[in-house]
Amino acid sequence: MSFVLNEEETMLRDGAQQFLEEQAPVTALRALRDSGDPVGFSRDLWAAMAEMGWCGILVGEDHGGVDMGCAAAGLVLEQIGRNLAASPFLSTAVLGASAFNLAGTDAQKAAWLPKIAAGETVIALALDERARHNPSHITTRAAKDGNGFRLTGAKRYAVNGAGADLLIVAARTEDERINLFLVSPEAAGVTRTSRRTLDSHVPADITFEDVKLDGDALLSGAEDSEAAYRHLLDIGRAAQAAEALGVGQKAFDLTLDYIREREQFGAPIGSFQGMQHRAAHLYGELELARSLVRRALTTLDTQPAQAPLWCAAAKAKATAVSRLAAAEGIQMYGGVGMTDEYDIGLYYKRAQAAGEFLGDDAFNAGEVARMSGY
Amino acid sequence: MPLDTFRTETRAWLEANCPPSMRKPIASEADICWGGKDWTFTSEDQKIWLERMVEKGWTVPAWPKEYGGAGLSKEEAFILKEEMKAINARSPLDSFGIWMLGPALLKYGTHEQKLEHLPPIARGEIRWCQGYSEPGAGSDLASLRSKGVLNGDHYVVNGQKVWTSYADRSDWIFALVRTEADAPKHLGISFLLIDMDQPGVTTKPIKLISGKSPFCETFFDDAKALVANRLGEAGQGWEIAKYLLSHERAGIVSEAAFGGMNPVTAAHQSGEVDETGRLADPILRGDVARLTIDGLAFDATLRRIKEEGDHGEGVGARASMLKYVGTELNKRRHELNMSALGMDGLLWEGDKESDGDPARAWLRSRANSIEGGTSEIQLNIISKRVLNLPGA
Ligand SMILES: Cc1cc2nc3c(=O)[nH]c(=O)nc-3n(C[C@H](O)[C@H](O)[C@H](O)COP(=O)(O)OP(=O)(O)OC[C@H]3O[C@@H](n4cnc5c(N)ncnc54)[C@H](O)[C@@H]3O)c2cc1C
Repeated sequence: MSFVLNEEETMLRDGAQQFLEEQAPVTALRALRDSGDPVGFSRDLWAAMAEMGWCGILVGEDHGGVDMGCAAAGLVLEQIGRNLAASPFLSTAVLGASAFNLAGTDAQKAAWLPKIAAGETVIALALDERARHNPSHITTRAAKDGNGFRLTGAKRYAVNGAGADLLIVAARTEDERINLFLVSPEAAGVTRTSRRTLDSHVPADITFEDVKLDGDALLSGAEDSEAAYRHLLDIGRAAQAAEALGVGQKAFDLTLDYIREREQFGAPIGSFQGMQHRAAHLYGELELARSLVRRALTTLDTQPAQAPLWCAAAKAKATAVSRLAAAEGIQMYGGVGMTDEYDIGLYYKRAQAAGEFLGDDAFNAGEVARMSGY
Repeated sequence: MPLDTFRTETRAWLEANCPPSMRKPIASEADICWGGKDWTFTSEDQKIWLERMVEKGWTVPAWPKEYGGAGLSKEEAFILKEEMKAINARSPLDSFGIWMLGPALLKYGTHEQKLEHLPPIARGEIRWCQGYSEPGAGSDLASLRSKGVLNGDHYVVNGQKVWTSYADRSDWIFALVRTEADAPKHLGISFLLIDMDQPGVTTKPIKLISGKSPFCETFFDDAKALVANRLGEAGQGWEIAKYLLSHERAGIVSEAAFGGMNPVTAAHQSGEVDETGRLADPILRGDVARLTIDGLAFDATLRRIKEEGDHGEGVGARASMLKYVGTELNKRRHELNMSALGMDGLLWEGDKESDGDPARAWLRSRANSIEGGTSEIQLNIISKRVLNLPGA
């Protein structure tokens, strides 16, 4: 485990930076938003990401992936955050692939992982049922029905839900344990309602009314399905934290550029100590968040049993810091920071949305307290 | 020696040689061994522990052997630290000589100066204090006015220092003195090592809000300092002072990162936990959780910056970030300790010697963001040297 990027990682980061700045700059997000895109991301971009090999970043080589690990996925996500690039990378290449890795049978892996790696599928995790993230509050039920199941319940704000062609649904089986099920959004009894959120993404509320599932819809490859489910969420937290870090870091960089240029009282506003101290404080906070994000991701790759604490800590810190960076950015821009024309407001909105997914700073601080035994 | 072997041998040696009473967390100032001519050990174990560690060269493990160290590599020194932490072993000796003057002597001293001054520091025989601040020169340190006039083989020093920690218990003082009257502000200062055992040096303790008097006013009245005890060239003092400050900051930070009471142990002490061990007050629990998160983040950042340093990226001005973040974090820890202790935290004096320790430690922590350059000064440095923001 190392905090310093190795050569391969440096290449990946630099490649991601260049690719996303060219193919998915903030103007691309604005275009999706202004055209009212029904799914909130571009299929062309997704196909190009597949060509870069990113879709298989967590897929084993035997299934057509490049198997680079969570730390590598985090480097891509940080660049995604910096550019506000809208894509199903987190929901599909990270959470989708990890669900199969952790809980899929060999047959399920063979059926789906190659498709993920090739960029041929978009997956949404249908998890939360309440307004605030709560992974234990799962009331969706999968009742045994012959060799298969019948699924009933309602999910809210499934990320990338509008554009997904496969849903992975968290539901309780008759033994009260939480299991993951593969469900086609086109199946009879599935109703999907697009929700438009402030960051111009399009998640979906999804209801399941007595949806008939085959037996092999259950991801049944894990010894302990609930442990796999929790581990999946940990991976998601670290990954989402990496994106949030990118959002916060770029918001900060934009703000520094602005306060070096903008003049008032005959001097750059960045020369005023009131501005400098806010910026210097933010710098320290971003450094702390960066260390935790890297630590969480590398721990997932090398000592997964110790990862939960780091993942919750990283998610809590990155959420709070990215929100602060963008909020401080708006303040330091002054009036123009409130306009749609300037990008800083878009960063503020994405920071809030990324913060909510898989638990905000308050939720994850509670997890840290619980895991620390107090 | 392979690192694994070093670790095994170190563990075994510590197990055999560290007295049990030296494996308890430092609870108060009295538990720290500072050394010096006037030092009285607070226990026999404290003495034995120091002697054994001195013999190994492990009071200053990374210093060369000829100067009293053990010549350990960075990795070995880190392992030693980890192994000591693992059994809660106390530092055998803590002093400004070790974490401030030592590094400056190693970098700027002549071989003779090193031979004269480093081994007594390593053995805890000579205690040093830091004579930087003056009544008129705090944050704006370079405006200092203590004066040294060359007279043959020595300087005659006159002036006043203030906030000199432990001056009344120290044997020598390293002081910034203006020796080049005509040179520009930053270039007229020399770094002098002054023996305090002379009539020209007197100290007067200042009482603090903690009720203690750990620091003093220090007066120089025709005090003598040998030219042979000038570190570096005449006028090079500011450069050396800044180098030393970076080590001082690192020391304040590592103090912030390790050891001592935390809000959870405090709550157990005051009985403010429920049957399951949860903090009874949910809002306090949330505040403590955020402290835990920032503590993990800070440890990881120390580690990251160290690793990046090993890969050739200088720590440089980022030391200011560590100083700022680490000291603010430590102040928060003490505030939450007090909150978790409730009224028990208010105790000032009592039957036990340790009564009043938490309150005094809390009060002491307020100085973390003042000493070694205030938080505001660190933020100024970050703005200019890390973020390259324009000057006012
Ligand atoms: C416990 C303790 C131990 C110490 N030990 C020693 C010692 O052993 N040897 C020694 O030489 N010194 C020692 N000091 C002194 C310490 O280094 C000084 O107190 C410190 O540098 C601040 O100087 P000052 O107290 O004169 O405050 P000032 O410089 O007067 O500062 C007062 C306030 O003004 C702010 N301020 C000043 N300049 C600026 C600026 N440019 N921008 C924004 N804000 C500014 C400061 O941040 C602070 O909040 C010690 C101090 C303490 C508290």
